[in-house]
Amino acid sequence: MNNIITFDKVSKSFGELKVLDQLNLEVKDGEKLALIGPSGSGKTTILRILMTLETIDSGFVSVNNEYLWHEKINDKVLPATDKHLQKMRDQIGMVFQQFNLFPHLTAIENVKQPQILVKKKNESEAKEKAEDLFNMIGLSDKIDHYPHQLSGGQQQRVAIARALAMDPKIMLFDEVTSALDPELVDEVLAVLRKLAADSDTTMLTVTHEMNFAQDFADRVLFFDAGQIVESGSPKELFSNPREERTKSFLRKFI
Amino acid sequence: MPCIITGQIFFMKEVIAFYPILIDGTITTIILTVLSAILALAISFVVGLSRISKFKIVRVLAIIYLEFFRGSSALVQMFFIYFVLPMWGIYFDALTAGVIAIGCNLGAYGSEVVRGGVLAVGKEQHEASLALNYSPYKRYRHVIIPQAIPVMIPTFGNLLIELLKLTAVASLITISDLTFMAHIIRVQTALTLEPFLVILVIYFIIASILVKIVDIIAKKFSRGRNIMIAGEN
Repeated sequence: MNNIITFDKVSKSFGELKVLDQLNLEVKDGEKLALIGPSGSGKTTILRILMTLETIDSGFVSVNNEYLWHEKINDKVLPATDKHLQKMRDQIGMVFQQFNLFPHLTAIENVKQPQILVKKKNESEAKEKAEDLFNMIGLSDKIDHYPHQLSGGQQQRVAIARALAMDPKIMLFDEVTSALDPELVDEVLAVLRKLAADSDTTMLTVTHEMNFAQDFADRVLFFDAGQIVESGSPKELFSNPREERTKSFLRKFI
Repeated sequence: MPCIITGQIFFMKEVIAFYPILIDGTITTIILTVLSAILALAISFVVGLSRISKFKIVRVLAIIYLEFFRGSSALVQMFFIYFVLPMWGIYFDALTAGVIAIGCNLGAYGSEVVRGGVLAVGKEQHEASLALNYSPYKRYRHVIIPQAIPVMIPTFGNLLIELLKLTAVASLITISDLTFMAHIIRVQTALTLEPFLVILVIYFIIASILVKIVDIIAKKFSRGRNIMIAGEN
């Protein structure tokens, strides 16, 4: 299978703090990837770079065999224009830790509006797609509620539906259960497990839920200090970690 | 017939007899207020959004506009438009000159309200709409500004009352508003306290009605919605 995402010696610093250090990463088309590791290790930054929310300092990122942050013009590699970024963004969707629903729109409007404005769908197409998705996330009875009338878990499920409605090739989940009360985590993870099993979309998730990572992912990456320390199938990595740093990190969760 | 309030003798009846010109004056004041408010609102959005433009020249022009109209007297601006511009061949009738001066002046203050309201919408809303691939125009039009408006409305309400009160100076460029009519009554009746007392009450009633209208608009914009105000959430 082809690589849909490639990071080639990508570095990124926030001031003095180096969050990614010459990172190399390849993700295959359709692969489900879980990124684990201590806070501040650069996992979220990888997602934010892919979503074009964060620039890179050096190196190259490719999505679907095209540079993300660069553009080839007359055999010269130049920084990407807004137009190029907009084209690339179309293939990627993201779900945020804090849901980030639009508070002035109802749940279904949240899912419909981007389809109409960005994907140029008409009202009835957008509505049909939204209703299918609300059925999938189990919230068909809440479509006319405003976000503040929904629980955190319900809001996050709507946010997942909103991202899926755009039919992205790549879905990014950034600690989607970290802001939730413990009793609401499972309803969101259930939706994600189902998604991972049913869809051939490439998915990257940053998570602190090790059990979930185990069910969700084809491959787990353990990050520390801006680099991949260890990567492998969930079975290998969780039951038989090779690196000392991985072992000491995982010990905290058992 | 003199009426007695707190021991003072008022000649209200003589003033009330001028009710036709008081009604005309009230109508002119309301027209001046509404037209100026529409112009001020349009300028508020244009200048306020220009302040956060990614183009430096646009931002600089907006700041020059703001500082000029906020930093000089509205009355002098009105005199300038009505008395000075005709010397260069630019003529406005009194009402138009008044609307332009008041609208431009309050628009400068309003632009700060728009800017503040837009900046009060959190970074995460920008990121969410970027992740959904909204263009900058769509992001502001459909996500940021709709959330900013409920934050702006109370301050806009205060500015609207300021605007109403500012219309009183328009009488100085011959606009026959309430204040102008009070002067006429004063000259005709030789009464001073009574005509101004009457228009004071009329201004207060108009202001109260405007406050009520702004309240209704504020309720309409916040119904069923979680208005995000800076510091909340």
